[in-house]
Amino acid sequence: MKVKLPLTREVVEELNIGDVLELTGYLYTARDAAHKRMVETIERGGKPPIELDNQTIFYAAPCPAPPDKPIGSIGPTTSVRMDPYVETLLKEGLIAMIGKGDRSYYIPPLMKKYKAVYLLGLGGAAAIMARKVKEAREIAYVDLGAESIKELYVENLKVIVGIDTKGRILQEEGIAKYRKI
Amino acid sequence: MITSNHLGGMEMRKIRTEELIPIIKELCKKACYELENELVDKLKESFEEEESELGKEVLDELIENAEYAKENQVASCQDTGITVVHMEIGQEVVWEGMYLYDAVNEGVRQGYEEGYLRKSVVGDPLIRENTGDNTPAVIRTDIVEGDKVKIVVMPKGAGSENMSRLKMLTPADGSEGVKSFVLETIRLAGGKACPPLIVGVGIGGTMDYAAWLSKRALQRPLGEANKAEHLKKLELELLEEINKTGIGPLGLGGTVTALDVNIEAFPCHIASLPVAVNLQCNSSRHAVVTI
Repeated sequence: MKVKLPLTREVVEELNIGDVLELTGYLYTARDAAHKRMVETIERGGKPPIELDNQTIFYAAPCPAPPDKPIGSIGPTTSVRMDPYVETLLKEGLIAMIGKGDRSYYIPPLMKKYKAVYLLGLGGAAAIMARKVKEAREIAYVDLGAESIKELYVENLKVIVGIDTKGRILQEEGIAKYRKI
Repeated sequence: MITSNHLGGMEMRKIRTEELIPIIKELCKKACYELENELVDKLKESFEEEESELGKEVLDELIENAEYAKENQVASCQDTGITVVHMEIGQEVVWEGMYLYDAVNEGVRQGYEEGYLRKSVVGDPLIRENTGDNTPAVIRTDIVEGDKVKIVVMPKGAGSENMSRLKMLTPADGSEGVKSFVLETIRLAGGKACPPLIVGVGIGGTMDYAAWLSKRALQRPLGEANKAEHLKKLELELLEEINKTGIGPLGLGGTVTALDVNIEAFPCHIASLPVAVNLQCNSSRHAVVTI
């Protein structure tokens, strides 16, 4: 299913776990250190360096860009490390996160409450994922190196809906289906 | 310059440490760009076996990714890891020149810079400032017979490393205890370790040595079994049970959770049974050379 970024609450509410999406538009990368800094800023009453309303955050830190490419290999990192920061960012309007692996027990209820989704990127397929990134621009926390916040323009970036706005969890249902012991 | 001469009546082989720099540099790039053919073949086999449609789709992407990365000489995974360098050094080798570990780190530094590989190492684990060049590498050396040096460069990603575990079992726990600890580790890892996995298991030795055995187990060529019959049997049983957990590719549910299980064992204390499980994600990278 082809989906445009930024997402809207109407679109997000139509999504179901297991849906394979191809995203086109702008999104931001941020992971451990950038999350810590953004949330500390918000908690002090400040503004994060990016406007989060209806935006999508990709938990990723790419390889450096080779001379002829906008970006190096890029793929999702383990999402659970960002869990403690999620609600603060949801309150700022964050609508989707792209990562890998399952999340803490308290995340699905938050997806329901704030009408947001957790999307799974294809962990390990970073070379072909980089082909979907057409533009990349470092926009904040440059001192964090690989972990800085970048704005990416992606075309048909493939992701799978992992937790939907009903709070359903793809991994939980998928694993139960194939579990034999 | 590699020369031989007699030292104390013994034939020794001199190697200049500086010669390692370009070798390590190239190994870092090769490991990150080119997944081994055996691994890609195994992923293709798994594609046929996988029952879940979503699982098949993931495997298909991983195969395409490996082929694209090799062809275009780019990193197959963005997490180009902390660099584990394992050297088996023949005892008839004499090193000359700069300090051996400095030479290895210089090779890593050059490989990650020239290869556009991600720098993922922080200097102090608590202060957490990126060292900017992916050094220091985690260097392990073993002294072996002969006058050759085998070098294995193994970039190790954190997704799977973080889900690895160690436990000191009691001798009474036996192979059943080992099995349940391995399975528990796989379940706790779920999709976080980027399955399908290669599972390295170290049994015996001491606490630290079991951990090292589990990492060394990951260096074994895919599909090669342990030579001891009882361990080979345990490897097969574990592989079968891991694939019944239902975790599947990337933890989305499916029948292919692991591609291989490698066990390495070592003698241990009468009171001990250390077990370590080192998980390796689907982007299993190592490059090897013997000089």
